[in-house]
Amino acid sequence: MVSQIDDAADAFILYDAAALAQWSSLARRSVRHGPTALTARAVMTHFSALELLKSAVTGDKHWTKQWPEAEPKEEYDVVIVGAGGHGLGAAHYLAKEHGITNVAVIDKGWLGGGNTGRNTTIIRSNYLYDESARLYDHAVDLWEGLSQDLNYNVMFSRRGVMMLAHTVHDVQSFKRHIHSNRLNGVDNRWVSKEEAKAICPPLNIRADARYPVLGAAWQGRAGTARHDAVAWGYARSASSRGVDIIQNCPVTAIRRGPDGAVSGVETAKGFIRARKVAVSAAGHTSVLMDTAGVRMPLESYPLQALVSEPVKPVFPCVVMSNTVHAYISQSDKGELVIGSGTDQYTSYSQRGGMALIEHTLAAIVEMFPQFSRMRMLRLWGGIVDVTPDRSPILGKTPVPNLYVNCGWGTGGFKATPGSAHVFAHTIATGEPHAINAPFTLERFTTGRLIDEAAAAAVAH
Amino acid sequence: MILIHCPYCDETLPEAEFTYAGEAHVVRPDPSVSDETWRDFLYIRSNPKGPHAERWRHAHGCGRYFNAIRDTVSDRVLTTYKAGESKPVLPGDVK
Ligand SMILES: Cc1cc2nc3c(=O)[nH]c(=O)nc-3n(C[C@H](O)[C@H](O)[C@H](O)COP(=O)(O)OP(=O)(O)OC[C@H]3O[C@@H](n4cnc5c(N)ncnc54)[C@H](O)[C@@H]3O)c2cc1C
Ligand SMILES: [Zn+2]
Repeated sequence: MVSQIDDAADAFILYDAAALAQWSSLARRSVRHGPTALTARAVMTHFSALELLKSAVTGDKHWTKQWPEAEPKEEYDVVIVGAGGHGLGAAHYLAKEHGITNVAVIDKGWLGGGNTGRNTTIIRSNYLYDESARLYDHAVDLWEGLSQDLNYNVMFSRRGVMMLAHTVHDVQSFKRHIHSNRLNGVDNRWVSKEEAKAICPPLNIRADARYPVLGAAWQGRAGTARHDAVAWGYARSASSRGVDIIQNCPVTAIRRGPDGAVSGVETAKGFIRARKVAVSAAGHTSVLMDTAGVRMPLESYPLQALVSEPVKPVFPCVVMSNTVHAYISQSDKGELVIGSGTDQYTSYSQRGGMALIEHTLAAIVEMFPQFSRMRMLRLWGGIVDVTPDRSPILGKTPVPNLYVNCGWGTGGFKATPGSAHVFAHTIATGEPHAINAPFTLERFTTGRLIDEAAAAAVAH
Repeated sequence: MILIHCPYCDETLPEAEFTYAGEAHVVRPDPSVSDETWRDFLYIRSNPKGPHAERWRHAHGCGRYFNAIRDTVSDRVLTTYKAGESKPVLPGDVK
């Protein structure tokens, strides 16, 4: 996907010829070079209606490359490991809000190719505890202005998220969440099954269903966004402010100096010195942190999703069910986007068991009988890092100048802008923002957990 | 779906017959230990990318717990052994 855009733009790059020649010879010899080389940046087109119109009449020929290829410099103020939404977002806010631009974001694959490009894009903030309410609502606040902030359409759509209750336990648990959310000023309300059906007509509310719908929690402010656009928009913005985005370069180890503080990262392209290192590597966090001598309360699990053939608009909102274990929405392309659960075992295989998919589709057909003859087109998996209390770890580590943002498990896409924003604050100032202050690594020693297992029980 | 050999039933069967029960050989310390040791026991797991010693229960068969070593990259079960037996050394193990 990223490469398609790059290919299309390739012929029209606005590098000046000298910079381009310098770049390609460097790339050919794959030489490492000092900070002066390759500072030339493509002039990025500002997207606007006028620009669109101009392009339309000139044959769409002037679009520039959205971010340049970068080769690592010898040293950076900040190295961020992981070019997912969280890592790229942190780079954007570091540059934009803290003026820190001598930054590299390094990924072992292509940017946005991890969970950011694999998730079902549900955005909601109806978690139980005060700490979570502040964190997730901060993200929803930023989602609302994100397209303008990045000059990139992330297609944030407030179509509403409905969480179905099928048992008395569900009803009690959701009502508790609703009361807690309302005390925190977070939008969430209880709807009867008839109201649920009015909001989402395909829903089966018949009493003879195997797991009849008893009602639902409805967060109208919630919705979806275009996942790739989030990664691309942050990458474009960070890159235009001077951040190097280095793709296809696995970080193999985090190095510490004699004083114990972080000194840099070992990569496939050699050692890169860094004053600060920020790990934002989702499923691979514990493997990386291990190389710095920090053991993490994380386990990595496969989580799968699939899409159907595209059809005309039939599905107006997002529906999730913890009890029958499925969640569904319709993308703007028309595909039904369906999320499954995690496998029971830990894994880095980035594919899950077929049995889960069968189970998920059985649940979808149970809730929406009209989809029984839809054909499924694509199926994939991601590796999610899960904490014991299902809340993220976002802040400092026992190693000076090493920061970590992880443990988002099955539900961190929704938090992307909020998390990236407070992570950038933490990296820049060396101290957590008030919003992420409770999400420490120490909470597993002190016992001050933020137990969101009920809010996050279903993968989302 | 992975295939798992139950060392009690001596049969190789689909994963659906089994439930996963987390990392194996996690030893409960004496409760008087430090908070850090207690945290390690409760929450810290090795989560390796590679061979992983883990517990499984043959829930829809004999009902018993046993241990397996599974490669978390390929998901293949490399070997299984009865609960209480020590972790077998596999070819390629460093230690
Ligand atoms: C199938 C599925 C459905 C989901 N649905 C939802 C949903 O509906 N709503 C929601 O809120 N969340 C959802 N999630 C969770 C969400 O996708 C993640 O929590 C979020 O995208 C994490 O973003 P990130 O930037 O931290 O991670 P990622 O996007 O995974 O980025 C981490 C990056 O680190 C890189 N990396 C790892 N190791 C190294 C290394 N050694 N060196 C260099 N780079 C490295 C990876 O290549 C990757 O690009 C879902 C996840 C999956 C898998
Ligand atoms: Zn058995």
